[in-house]
Amino acid sequence: MEVLLAFSRPALDWHALAPELTLLAFGTLITVVDIIWDDRSKRAMPTLAGIGLLATLIPILTLAVDGTERSMFGGAYVVDDFSLVLKALFLISGYVVILMSVDYIRDGDYYENEYYTLMLTSLLGMVMMSSSRDLISVFVALELLSIPAYMLAAWRKGGPRSNEAGLKYYLMGVFASAVMLYGMSLIYGLAGSTTFGAIAQELGSSEANPVAILGILFILIGFAFKVSAVPFHTWAPDTYEGAPTPVTAFLAVASKTAGMVALIQLVFVAFPGRDDVVQPFFWLIAALTMTIGNLIALRQNNIVRLLAYSGVAQGGFMLVPFAVAADAPARAVEALVIYMAIYAFMNLGAFTVVLAVARKTRSGEIDSYGGLFQYAPGLAVAMTIFLAALAGIPPAGGWFAKFGLFRALLDAGGGWAAGLGVVVAVNTVIAFAYYARILVQMWFQSVPDGDERPIAIPGALKAALAVTIIATMAFGILPGLVGHFGEVSVLSALGG
Amino acid sequence: MEVTGFDTWVLSLAVFLPLVGALVVMLIPKAYETELKLVALGSSLIALVVGAYIAIQFDYGAAGDLQFVVDKGWIDVINSRYIVGLDGLSLPLLLLSLVVVPLCLIYSWNHIPDPGNPKAFFVLLLILSTGMNGSFVSQDMILFFVFFEVVLLPMYFLIGVWGGEDRRYASLKFFLYTLFGSALMIISFLALFFLSKDASGELLQTFDMRVLTDVAGVGIIKSTQVWIFAGLFMGFGIKVPMFPFHTWLPDAHTQAPTVGSVILAAVLLKLGTYGFVRIAIPFLPEGAIAWAPWIGLLAVIGIIYGALGCLAQKDMKRLIAFSSVAHMGFVMLGIATLTDFGINAAVFGMIAHGLITGMLFFVAGSVKERYHTLEIARLGGLLKAAPRMGWILGFASMASLGLPGLAGFWGEFPAILSAYNPGAGLSEELFRVYMVIAAIGTVLAAGYLLWLYQRTAFGEPTEEFAGHEIADVNRDEWIAWVPFLIGIVLFGIWPNLIFNVTDDVVSGITASVEAIAAGS
Repeated sequence: MEVLLAFSRPALDWHALAPELTLLAFGTLITVVDIIWDDRSKRAMPTLAGIGLLATLIPILTLAVDGTERSMFGGAYVVDDFSLVLKALFLISGYVVILMSVDYIRDGDYYENEYYTLMLTSLLGMVMMSSSRDLISVFVALELLSIPAYMLAAWRKGGPRSNEAGLKYYLMGVFASAVMLYGMSLIYGLAGSTTFGAIAQELGSSEANPVAILGILFILIGFAFKVSAVPFHTWAPDTYEGAPTPVTAFLAVASKTAGMVALIQLVFVAFPGRDDVVQPFFWLIAALTMTIGNLIALRQNNIVRLLAYSGVAQGGFMLVPFAVAADAPARAVEALVIYMAIYAFMNLGAFTVVLAVARKTRSGEIDSYGGLFQYAPGLAVAMTIFLAALAGIPPAGGWFAKFGLFRALLDAGGGWAAGLGVVVAVNTVIAFAYYARILVQMWFQSVPDGDERPIAIPGALKAALAVTIIATMAFGILPGLVGHFGEVSVLSALGG
Repeated sequence: MEVTGFDTWVLSLAVFLPLVGALVVMLIPKAYETELKLVALGSSLIALVVGAYIAIQFDYGAAGDLQFVVDKGWIDVINSRYIVGLDGLSLPLLLLSLVVVPLCLIYSWNHIPDPGNPKAFFVLLLILSTGMNGSFVSQDMILFFVFFEVVLLPMYFLIGVWGGEDRRYASLKFFLYTLFGSALMIISFLALFFLSKDASGELLQTFDMRVLTDVAGVGIIKSTQVWIFAGLFMGFGIKVPMFPFHTWLPDAHTQAPTVGSVILAAVLLKLGTYGFVRIAIPFLPEGAIAWAPWIGLLAVIGIIYGALGCLAQKDMKRLIAFSSVAHMGFVMLGIATLTDFGINAAVFGMIAHGLITGMLFFVAGSVKERYHTLEIARLGGLLKAAPRMGWILGFASMASLGLPGLAGFWGEFPAILSAYNPGAGLSEELFRVYMVIAAIGTVLAAGYLLWLYQRTAFGEPTEEFAGHEIADVNRDEWIAWVPFLIGIVLFGIWPNLIFNVTDDVVSGITASVEAIAAGS
């Protein structure tokens, strides 16, 4: 009895936890600075937050150089190449979002300090998510990244749409959490453990047990809400439209990626033997998400809503590799990591252009892009690159992401995989039809109100554009760069 | 052949010089209009000089082998490499592409269509040029795919920004059709990657087109070959375009600005037929044999349908566009016979169609500029109003209808003839029926072209334009057109200039198809 009650401190690997601790320290620092200097500190906040993110990259680099796989808390928290690549991706995406936020938050007269604190907190959740190999740590990470995001979505306090955005996101989010928790409780009941390794062993051997199937489905559906997969996507367009644009970009990229990361770990580490449930489930929702997201996107007139539905459809593309999770696991993980990395940059880039254009037009209508090429050719070319990337047209980066999907599908082989490939192909075409509507406005139409004054782009937005353009083109012309990261991640994720 | 020194660079230079030119032009402010035009033209001319160097250094005795080969690492993770090389099949097409672009730049020098903006116009033409050149020299499927796709956006913008009334519809239609085709094409490329085996049954897992040509699809069972071929067929067939995927072409051609139409006709359509000869047939001979009767069928439908379409047109440019559908039908018929004779004729037909139809679109563009209409009923008396242009139109029409002694003849006549005796065990009866239909197509072609010529060039100018001064061919137009005219005559009287170059490659391809057909 005494032995059981005695608390022994789990071994902590401080090096492995250094990224999380750095992030936490900077989040706290911002709050403290805010308390001490109050309004005088406002100017420094974005810089401080940005430095925090870049500083967090340092331990990630040292861990990557070190290269050993570190596992803590009985395998519940793992730092391997897979998690490091994704942590770096989250931090860089977060950095670009902060660049996008600087002028938007300052000009809009919103709370600044709290904004950046919450942003860092949410990123902390994401960074933790990529290491979580345990039901409880996944759940904690998920809530840690979600709760600040609910608040950020409602940051434009004066606007009813923003309030609606936050509330809707919150209600859907907790509903999804509840569904997921129920599924987790079923799985825990069967496996007797919360770590993914133990779950994999138990579930792999329990044949057609309906409770196991139900548990798996509930967990997957919970995350399907997070990644706004059809039919669980209904919150996304309203939330995206109402939230402040940088937050929308954050949700569309970082938050969605975090959901995908959780799914990767669940599907490939916790449920590797359950392709009987996982593959048909993802086949169906991937096909649905792509097609319905695209079809609704065709009808949008507001650019943020259009990008929201395009994001839903892109999420559908990302779900495709899960449909061959057991037939071609290595290729599927590779395709996912590559897709997430490229998607982050091309989508953040598109949102940056939206932010820059809105500074002049004060409008989110697609019509307001008329004649952009005449008075802001640089922005028009940048947007063209991002849209081409999203549509998957070489040499902009997105083609390699789509290529990865096809590669995973054909590696798995068989009629079902090939059929899904054709669905992807058809959807690629549909998607271009609505991306082209923006191209048409920018290039073919004239300026609606004849106002051809150039757009003054603030420095931070320029930096965000530079990062995203360079990354998008580099992935397109030298895809070996990102392909390398994809490959590294495979082995260890499966080994976990 | 050991490639050393400068020769390792020439192909890459020919491909990327226009792109470098485009980047430099982008950096020049709009106000320096002459300078940026000079840079654009200069870069495309240097690329042409490099092309001439390639043509001189090319070892014509070994035209069947790839030359100037460069094989460097590119995307290691997917085992795709930067492999470029040139053989007798690529050489004429690369040269065609290299010649057409500077001529188009010269033609556009003072004729930038509305809404102007020469900088963007020239940049797009140069990017287009890189995509086209690259497609013809790529020897890696992924590299080919990237170049194949690079041409899409510039052409989309050329049509959409500088096009006619319905430009938005036409440009989107062009884009969506092609995009759909290429999405299926990439699936087929991947299927080839995963399924191809060498003779001993080892999986190859390569995108290297040289290797895939060598193994010629052994190890992929016939039913799978048929499926993979179907994907390639969609990718290339839409680009050609074959009936029933041709509907984007008349719209795109009619709406595109003049040089857009010229490049579309002269080079872009050839990417499709080139793909059949370079990739689809040699990689999947059994699939090709299974598909050949259907390709032949669609080809002859295209010939007749295009011709009938021409007879119904009221717009000169749209008529020429439909004639393209018919002419590409002849090319595809030649390819479908899977004979040495037929495929050589098809390659010749690609070049000839490029020169002749390109020329016709140039004339149509100049007519439009002078009359501000292309409605055939409102034109007339071109020979009186602008005699030189009238003669050129007549000359190009004659070439287009296949008059012996001009280039068009050598594309059409052997293609029809080859259908008399198709290769690889294809049904003779069927192809002889195709032959007869195609022959009827040539009669129709003579009909619509002569009718077009009569209505636009003969007689007195219509009342509407009777008093107007119509300027004859000007200096820029002469410079742009003379090489086309020379080419049409030269290849017409000396077809072996092309046949000798292409034959080695083509006979290699047909030999392997025959071997497969004999073995099965």
